[in-house]
Formats: sequence, C-alpha cells, structure tokens
Amino acid sequence: MSLAEKYPKEVKQILAKYPPEHKRSAVMPLLYMAQREEGYVNKAAMQDIASILDLSETEVASIVGFYTLYHDKKEGKYRMQVCTDLPCALRGADTFLSNLCSNLGVKVGETTPDGLVTIEAVMCLAACDKAPMFQVQSGDGLEYHENMNVDKTLELIEALRKSGQEVKK
Amino acid sequence: MANEVTLTIDERQVTVPAGTLVVDAAKKIGIDIPVFCYHPKMEPAGMCRMCLVEIGRPMIDRATNQPVLDENGLPKISWMPKLETACTNRVEPGMVVKTQLTSAKANDGQNATVEFLLTSHPLDCPVCDKGGECPLQNLTMAHGPGKSRFLYDDKIHLAKRLPLGDLIFLDRERCIQCARCVRFQSDVASEPVIGFYNRGRSLEIVSFSDPGFDSVFSGNTSDICPVGALTTADFRFGARPWELDASASICTQCPVGCNVTLNTRREAKADGQIVIKRVMPRQNEQVNETWLCDKGRFAYHYTESEKRLTRPLVRKDDKLSRVSWNTALTRAAEGLTANKKNFVVLASGRLSNEDLYNLKSLADGMGGQALLYSDMGGGELTALVGVSEGTNLGAMGKGDAILVVASDLYEEAPIWWLRVKQAADRGATLIVVNPRETKLDKHASFAIRYAYGDEVKTIDDLNGKGKIAEAFAQAQNAVVLFGSEGLGLEGSSALAAACAKLLSNTNHVGRPNNGLIGVWPRVNDQGAFELGFQPIADLAAELKGKAVYIVAADPTGDDPALAKALNGAKFVVAQDILETATTELADVVLPAQAYTEREGTYTSGERRVQRFYPVVPPRGDARPDFAVTAQLAREMGYILEGTSAFLVFDLLTESVESFRGLDYTKLAEVTEQWPIVGRNDLYYGGTTYENKQGLGAHLSSAAGRGSLTLPSPKGRGAKALRPKEDELLAVPVTKLYDMGVTVVDSELLANRIGEATVALHPSTAEKLGVEAGDEVKLNLNGGQVEVRARIDESISAGVVLVPRSFGLALREPSAVGLKSRAKVKA
Amino acid sequence: MTHILLRHRDIPDIHKLDVYQRNGGFAAFKKAVTEMKPEDVINVVKASVLRGRGGAGFPTGMKWSFMDRNNWPHYVVANADESEPGTFKDREIMESNPFQFLEGVAIASYAVGANAAYVYLRGEFWQVAHFLDERIAEMEEAGFLGEKLFGKDYSLKIYTHLGAGAYICGEETAMLESLEGNLGQPRIRPPFPPSYGLYGKPTVVNNVETLTNVPMIIANGAEWYKSMGTADSPGNKVFSLSGRIKKPGNYELPLGATFRELIYGQGGGIIDDRPVRAIMAAGASSSMIVADDKALDTPMDYASVRTLGADLGSASVIVIDDTVSLDWVVNKTIHFFKHESCGKCTPCREGNYWMQHLTERIHSGEGTQADVDLLYTVAKQMQGKCLCALGEFATMAVVTGIERFPDDFKSAVRS
Repeated sequence: MSLAEKYPKEVKQILAKYPPEHKRSAVMPLLYMAQREEGYVNKAAMQDIASILDLSETEVASIVGFYTLYHDKKEGKYRMQVCTDLPCALRGADTFLSNLCSNLGVKVGETTPDGLVTIEAVMCLAACDKAPMFQVQSGDGLEYHENMNVDKTLELIEALRKSGQEVKK
Repeated sequence: MANEVTLTIDERQVTVPAGTLVVDAAKKIGIDIPVFCYHPKMEPAGMCRMCLVEIGRPMIDRATNQPVLDENGLPKISWMPKLETACTNRVEPGMVVKTQLTSAKANDGQNATVEFLLTSHPLDCPVCDKGGECPLQNLTMAHGPGKSRFLYDDKIHLAKRLPLGDLIFLDRERCIQCARCVRFQSDVASEPVIGFYNRGRSLEIVSFSDPGFDSVFSGNTSDICPVGALTTADFRFGARPWELDASASICTQCPVGCNVTLNTRREAKADGQIVIKRVMPRQNEQVNETWLCDKGRFAYHYTESEKRLTRPLVRKDDKLSRVSWNTALTRAAEGLTANKKNFVVLASGRLSNEDLYNLKSLADGMGGQALLYSDMGGGELTALVGVSEGTNLGAMGKGDAILVVASDLYEEAPIWWLRVKQAADRGATLIVVNPRETKLDKHASFAIRYAYGDEVKTIDDLNGKGKIAEAFAQAQNAVVLFGSEGLGLEGSSALAAACAKLLSNTNHVGRPNNGLIGVWPRVNDQGAFELGFQPIADLAAELKGKAVYIVAADPTGDDPALAKALNGAKFVVAQDILETATTELADVVLPAQAYTEREGTYTSGERRVQRFYPVVPPRGDARPDFAVTAQLAREMGYILEGTSAFLVFDLLTESVESFRGLDYTKLAEVTEQWPIVGRNDLYYGGTTYENKQGLGAHLSSAAGRGSLTLPSPKGRGAKALRPKEDELLAVPVTKLYDMGVTVVDSELLANRIGEATVALHPSTAEKLGVEAGDEVKLNLNGGQVEVRARIDESISAGVVLVPRSFGLALREPSAVGLKSRAKVKA
Repeated sequence: MTHILLRHRDIPDIHKLDVYQRNGGFAAFKKAVTEMKPEDVINVVKASVLRGRGGAGFPTGMKWSFMDRNNWPHYVVANADESEPGTFKDREIMESNPFQFLEGVAIASYAVGANAAYVYLRGEFWQVAHFLDERIAEMEEAGFLGEKLFGKDYSLKIYTHLGAGAYICGEETAMLESLEGNLGQPRIRPPFPPSYGLYGKPTVVNNVETLTNVPMIIANGAEWYKSMGTADSPGNKVFSLSGRIKKPGNYELPLGATFRELIYGQGGGIIDDRPVRAIMAAGASSSMIVADDKALDTPMDYASVRTLGADLGSASVIVIDDTVSLDWVVNKTIHFFKHESCGKCTPCREGNYWMQHLTERIHSGEGTQADVDLLYTVAKQMQGKCLCALGEFATMAVVTGIERFPDDFKSAVRS
C-alpha cells in the first residue's frame, strides 16, 4: 500500500501547510511520516513521496541523504544520540558515552544485539546546560533526556525493552 | 533596446548589455576568468569559488547622487572587502574589476581554490579520460601550487567505477562537486534524475532512477564535467584526447540535424585502421546549441557494422556473387533499361541532398517515378510554408507560440523537445496537441488531447474562436511542429495540410520564426521533398512488376506486404551501406559509403542545409551514393555529375528554387556565436567543439518568396477509422531507441531499446484479460505476432499502440484483432 | 530584575493562554492590527534599535523596511533552528513562553504584510514543534490567528516546519531552501530575503528571541525598550552560559552586563573554583577571548565585545578553564564544522576536511609545529572565500586559538 493510500488524511494535512504550487515543501514532513514505521525511509516510500510531489525519486533521495535525522538503513528500534559537542564534552559527555558503550558492549555507531538501541554520537542538541544528555529517535519521534548518567540510561533502555515486549504480547 | 553598461576589467573598458555577468563580460574581451561550477548555459551557482576577482564600484555621494571624484577628477572606487565571484556579480556602470591578471589578491584566491580542490582530487591524470582536455588539469598546470601541502596519506579514497546507468560512469574521487551535471539535468533538461547525496566532503552524485540516469541527454554531463568524474561507457578508457583527430559531421538520427564532431584515431586493435572513438556536439546555437542527445552520441556504431556492404554483388544462379563495379553497373543498367517503361526509384531520407538530386534526375530522365520511402507525408507543404531564413527556436519566447501536434518530440527529436521546452520556459505559449500524454505536456501552456483519427478536426478547430485559438493567432511568431503519431501517409499528409492552413490563416508564414516543421522519421526527408520526391500510398502496387532501383531503404525487411511486392518486381537494384532483407533478394547490390566516409549535405526539418565531411576512409569498394547513381546513369545513357558532391550541389541549386543562392562555401561560413566555447579555456563551455566548419544556411520558402498558393487537401482527410466491436484501432508510434538499422548495432543502447511492447488502456486490457507484461497475440497484416503488452493510462480505450521499427509492420492505422495469450490457450 | 523574555521565571504558567492574556498577552498584536498601520509598527521597532538576536545583530526594523513592496505575497519565517553549540535560549523561550514568541511572529507578519508565517525548527525540536502546534491551535480558536483578525481586513496563519538535522539551515537562505524542499544549502546573497526569499518572494527571517522582544516593544514603546541595555545595543539579551561553569543555563541580562557578572555573578563561578582561561562568546563560531581581567570586565554588547577581537553573536558563552587544552577545543569545533559543512562551496568543504585531519593529528600528539602552522595557514586561506558564513565561522577558533594560546599547541605537538 502506498503512503498516500495508507495516510490519506495526514498527507492532505501536510500538503495544506504549503502553497499548492510549492508542494515540494512537503517533502520533509512526508519523509518523517514515511520513517515512522521502520525507522528509516525505504525506496518504495521515496517513490511514493516522489509521485505525491511530482518529483523524481533522486530528488527525494537527496533530501534523505543531506539531513542527519533521515535514515536510509535499518538500525536499532531506538537511536540513542548522545551529544558530544564542545559544551557537552566540557561537562563529561565523552566519558559518559564511552562508559555507556562499555556497559552495553557496543561501540559508537553499533546496535545492541537485540536490535533495540543504536548508540550514536551527534552534534549539539541545544541542551548544553544539561549535559550529559541525549535524544532518543524512533519512528514515533524524538525525546530529550537531560542531566543523564549511565545508570539512569541503562534503566531507560530496560524500560524501552519492556515496553516493546508488552506491545508484542 | 537592451541597456548597455560600460565597466573596466583589467584596465580595459568593455561595454556589454545590462545584466551580463562579470565572467561573461570578461570573456567577450578575451579575458578568461577560470570557472568550474559556472557554465554559460546555466544560472550561476557561485559555489566552486574559482572565479574570485576584486570588484570595486564608484563611490556615490548620497547627497548629490553623483560619483565622488579623486584629486585627478576620476571617480573614487570603493572596493569590496573580500574577493567576489565573477560568475554571480552582474556588471554595473563604472564597475572596476581586477582579475587574476592584474590582482595578486585575486590570483592568490584562485590558487587557494585550486589547492583546496586538489586535496581531495586523486591526480590520476595518466589514466583519466579527461586528461588532456581537463579544466582542472590545465588550471593546476597554470595556477597550481606545484607541491602538495596536504598529506598524501590523508587522501580520501572513494569508488572509481560507479555506473550511474548504462551510459555514464562516475569516478567519485575525481568529482569536485561543482553540480554542473546535477544542474544541467534539472535546469536545462528538466530531468532531475541525478542528484547529490550526503553533504560536506561526503557529497556524492547518485541516481535513483530506473533505469539509472534515465535521461536521453545524459552524455552532455560528461562534456560539461570539468574533471574526469563523468565518463561515457563508450569512450571510457577508449583513447587519450590528444591522440584524436576531429572531423565535422551532422548527426543522422533524426531531422534536427545536430552539428557534431567525430573524433578518430588510428588504432592497433583495428589493424591500424582509422576508427571513430566518440561523437561530440559541435556548437550551432541555431540547431543544437552545445548539446547532443544520447542516441546521436552513441548510435553511430552502425557505420562499423559487420553487415556493411563492401563489394558489388550480382545475382547468378540465384546466389549473390562478388563482381567488379563495372560488371555490376553494366548488369544493373541492362536490367533497368530493359524495363524502362516501368522504372521506379525508391529512396529514403537517409540519403544526402546530392544523392537524392542525382536519383531524381535519373528517374526524370528515364521517365520513371521518384518515390520517397516514407510513411509520413506533407513535405510538399513544408516546402511551401516551412520555416526559413532567420528562424531559431532558441530565439523564441514571450509573445511567441509553438504548437506541437501528433508528435512525441522527446522520443522523435530530443533536441527539438529541449529547445521547444526552453522556449516555453522563456515564456512562449506552448500548445501540445496529442492523443496521449507526452513528456512535453508538463511544460505546455495548453495540452489538447484528441482521439486517434481526430487530429485534422482538432487543428481545424483552432482556426476558430477560443482561448487557445486566439493565443495562437495573436502570437507575434508561431511555429507548428507536426509528426506522425498514430498516422500513416494519408493521415500525416492531411494533418500537414490542416497545419499549413492554420498557419496561413493566422498569417504565420513567410517570416522568420513562423511556419511549419515536419518531425520526419529520417535526417533528410525534408531535402527529399524539396527535391521532388514523394511518398506514395499504395507502394506495394507500385513496386509489383516494375524495375526498381532501391537506395537506402529496406522495404522487404520492414513489411511482408512490400516484400511480396518486391518479389514480384521485374528487376531490383539495391544500393545501401548495410546488408538488408532487400539487398538479399536484389538482382544487383551496390555498396554505398556511409556518411562518415564522404561529404555531402542534409536539409534539416527546420530547412537548414548543412555540410558533413569525410571522417574515416571508406569500407572496401563502397562508393558515395551520388557517384554510384551517376555511374549507373552513364551506363544507361544519361550524363549526371558524379565526380564530386559540391559539383552536384551546384547543379542542384541552379534547378531547385528553394536552394537557389546556396553553395558549399556559404554553408561553411561561421559567424560569431555566444557563448564562446571549445577554445583553450575548456573550463568555460565544456568539451563541446567550436564550430569552424559552417553553420549551414536556410532554404527559402515559397511563402517567403511571396508566391504562396496552398494546394487543396487530398486523400481521406479528416475521416477517422472506426474499428468494429471485436477489433482494436492499432496505431503506429515512434520510440527513440528502436530496432532500426541505425540503432540496433550499438551495444551500449541495447538495454534502452528493450523489446517491442504494445500499449493498451487499462480498461481495454481488463476487457481482454491482459495484465502488464503479458504476451498478447496481435493479428497484423494477415499474420499473427506475439508481443508483450504494457499499460498506458493516457491513451483512449480501444486503441493499441504499436511501436515503429520493432519488426511489427504497421504503416498506418488499422483495425486489428488482439487476444491475450492465456485466452488463446484456454 | 524583571524578565521581559524569560517571563515564565516571574509568571508561572505563562505558557497557558489565559495566563498569558491576563498578563497583557495579545494586547500588542491587537493594538498593532486595530490602531497602527504596518509602517507604524516598523517605525516603532526601528526606533527601539532592536538588533537581531540570532548572531548578526542586524537592526530588525530596518530589515523589515527592506521588504519589496512591488512583489507579493510576503512571508515571515521564524528562525528556530538553534544549532550553534552553546546556544539553547530559543528552546527555553518556545517551551516556556510560547505565546509571546508567537505574538511576535504575528506582529512581524502584520508589519510586513505577510498572511503566512513559518516557524522553522531544527528537527531535534520535535517535541517543541508539537507543543507549538497546540499553542497555534489555541490561538486560532481564540481568534488571534485566522481570517479577519480583530474585525480588520487582516488574516494570518502560522505553521511549524521541522528541519531534520543540519546546522547550516540556521543560515537564512539555506533555511529557505530547506523550507522549499531542497537541500539546505545557502543561496548567493544578494539578493537578500527581503527582496528574494521564500518561493522567491520577499521574506523576513528573524530569530525566535528577536521576535519575542517585539510584543513588549509594541506594548511599551521604543523609549521604554531603549531604557535597557546600551545605546548601541538596547534591550535585554538571553545569555546561554555553558562549559566549565557551576550553574550553566540561560540568563536574561541587559546588553552591556560584563562577562564577570555573567560568569561569577549569575553562573556561580568555575567548577572547582579553577581559573577561567578562555571564553567563547558566540558558541563554536567564536573567536577565543583570553579571559583576563580586562576581558572579564568588558560589557557584553555588540560593540564592546568587538574590542576583544571577538563577536557577541548569539551570546552563547562557553567557559573554558585550565582542565582542557585549546588544541582539544579546536579539534572539537572543527569536528563540528566539518560535519555540518553543506559541501556547496570548495573552501568550506575541503578546508574543514583538511583542518580536521590537522587538528586530529595535533591533538593526538602525532603532529609537529609544522602542522600547527599549516592549520593556521589553511584557516587563513579559507577566510574571505566561502559562500556563506559557516566556512568563516569554522576558522575563528582555529586562528584565534593558535594566535592567543600558542603554548597549548606547542605542548600538544612533538618537538
């Protein structure tokens, strides 16, 4: 089923934000919508968006490639994106990240063996006063977690794991 | 009209139209400011930062609005604090520019950009196809640091052989991210099928289309690529540019007549023969500008086909045997003279004006007929009201109108599609009249859809009132391009008449940028019509029992009905460059030289006569067509000019009114063209060749000479064919890449040609129980063929589109039966 | 002191429509639409000398007056792409004082004749965008957005638009490209957005904090506004304080407060009471300020900070003490800029890639003084040649770091 068939109302709502002759503007919100289910944008979704907006597939793909919050590959269900930029690093973000990784037994950029969490290092998230901090990106959106430490983070991961299992049940 | 602006560049004054970019203004006085991302055919992007110059403007006193003067009474100049890009700044009165030639700061800035580019560039010039004609290489030699400060071990390593499609390869290491290719595809070609992926230093060119890099203009990106990042599959590792000789020619793939340069070299793997290594566009701003379509660029291989005829053949004991030219000519003359009363010349628009002129002279001398092998008519009308002197689609725009009817220009004449689209971009009213959706619709001001068969009525209606009719009538200039989508000879002739009438009624004839253009199937159909050749409706009847001299045509291979007719001919002489089904059944076969082996002229659909020149030596004993005809004529007792093409042309211009006043010298004249390309600064316009061999010249038209009387329409006219209940209306349509003899030998294009498919409307398909990709059985000309079906929502129900030159003989609309194969089995 | 931007710190629940209205909310917008002509609104903002708070400090009223009156429609785009390392003020404003910001968007739109405004938020502000969408819906319900506002012939819609992770989209023309559905790569300027902006139409692009000032200026007048801050830089500014500081966070102070006041007064001093060595006043794009007494006593306004060979920018004050070396700091900033370079222009794309190799080598201890010198040269070679400010920003910390803290680099390299 195409995106337009699956989410007709939402596609309409998104398009309504922009002048009809400039519907290309809707490519970014449509990509977020496409990313909802699997956490990444697959080729079929790119085709769907291209046909909704009268673009070429390549034009849609270019947007996916340029922006870091769009993904073209499947990774963990949750992407834990730790800010290690200068202000956070001055407040221990690098140490936090390496401790977190060794606790999880993964390297930066890797996913936990259960496919639940991918650990990533990212650029400034505008929460420099609340380091260490990270955001969790999933298909459903983004959530900030500030003033974190490794223990609190491991608890969060456990909670995410459980919530996933509950949904499965 | 345009405001002129005077400015100073490197202490020299230059006056240019307002709005000119500094880089172009400099170019006009011979100052080359280096560029990578800028290309004169595209809007500036200002991204490569190569064209850095110092720019100053006269200080203006705010109170008096007058320039502030220095102690010498000269205007004081306020210099911009930073270096500016010459490609994004437009000229202003009194502006002062210092380029790398007079400013150390500008020179340093440009050197800095070269050094930055080289940090990531692999410098694999010794194995790079661009080496020798590479802007980056040249600028490095001129400006480069000479010594690398960037640690070699830090060099980025990326994919070096990445096919973007079948035709174009990307070397990611060499790419300097200038975006010329991406901008060409989106802004010039309107086919944004390549783009950037990622960002920063990871920026890379990608194509997500299927098939990859799905554009018929893809080869041009290789010309404008300022490095060896984009190479064609054809030329990749084929030769070094400095080994190549260059000869001027004309593309023979369609009636546009693109100016090309063929690059050749003597090659060991061809036993020391001179072979063609690549086809490049040659600038003609009035024809193809600096562009070329992929068919024109890659399909030339047919001239090197294994099937080339190299020796004369004569039928003996029912077998064709090699003989000398004398024997063959004598035998041919005997056979033709013996049937003098029934002599027919059948020739195609693949031939040059000179060839056709001699053939017509022979037919006239013998009292025989000169028939054009074509299923499209109307050429007598383009000779009357065709476009002529001063016409340039590239100059049409706001206030003008272009009407395209019964033609899928993108498939039939891609460069016309491009130029018509660009005229629409510039504001011309584009009216697209076609029975199905084509790629041009998106750019049209008005798109009119009609049922196959209603084309004449649709055009006739435009003589009346209504928004579209008025837009056309009131346009300052108007051109009509008509094709043969869904039409045979009768239909296309009737359509041409309707178009001629519309143009004449609205007074759009006899002036530059006004008139009729035929989207002919072959390069020189227009020339054939001008010289008096005419196609004929019932060709089979005309061939039966006759002595036929067939030149550059394969009726036997094209149509079983014609094959049968030729089998019943008294005597057949076939003259061609390739072995065909027709040469196989001929009594005498005469081998002709390909256009790459001789000289001559073609008349384009825009009625521009253009010269082509010898590029490679002839194959075997092949001779030029006009010479063979003259030699054959002599054997038959007629004296025709056969020693050189230009002498034939001289005779031609004396006897054919529209050619009057032309000669080879005039056709070889060149006036200055803008942009200036192909000189030492390859970075400016790309590797497109400068035109030094002639821009050609227009034929005059009867309307232009003031002697216009339109003939009254003949034939079936506007009456459309209506199939019966259980039948479909089969109509022929043209595909760019087909199985024609001039295409099929190009291995590169094999995947693009694909297989023949017929198109059905979804409702028709459903009714027949056919799904996309199913094989169907089509009753055609009494025979049955199996062919795959595809679905096209934009055509009307009850119609089946049959592609031309795919082995499915359909010369005009016909009622046919079609069954799904599954049903046949059941 | 009383906050005029971070008013939620004085008025609890100001993010609720009724609370905001009880505290004068939307009176300024109503006043503008019902009592003032658009040019009057522009004149008041001009007279207030409000300067853009996004970093460049360009006078806001002047920018509004540049809108091309012969080309319509007009647009307002609020720059909520806050991505400069060390900046986190706009987020707090939008999360806690959303209506004042949105009222500012509305007044700006009225002033320039825009009937549609977009709030471009960085993609990471997903939750903020949803929060704002709800606030916008409440405003529509209450009649502050929509058709015929306050019974007058003026209509306005505000939309949020989420970016997706690209610092460059904070550059106004890159933001417009992104909003149009293209790669977020900057355009050549000129033309500037007030003549050629969103969809090629005249557009005002203003930072969130800038717009949040506007309702207060319209409500209280230009003179009131100029009574705060300095003559050259009137008004309050939200300073984002981060780095090696005891109490990091946003502090709203009048422009012209000193670094010492911010760091030691508000921020409680340096962690473990160590000495402050360097200050970056404009986030990662800063020139390094040597934190001596003279610097600490310098007023934080646009002109005064310039006397230190630096810029105030977005007032994202990153404090650096003696626990880190400047070669590490520079390696961090270059890592950021290399990651965020859009790749459109050569010096930025290649220069950052090159600089990153050098800063990595230097920081890892593998480098030599020649690498430091080359790093300096490469940065200098980039300056003045890039298409937009990003490339320029990338060189700031490198050049001033090496110039002002040479010993840090000397001790980092092999001798």
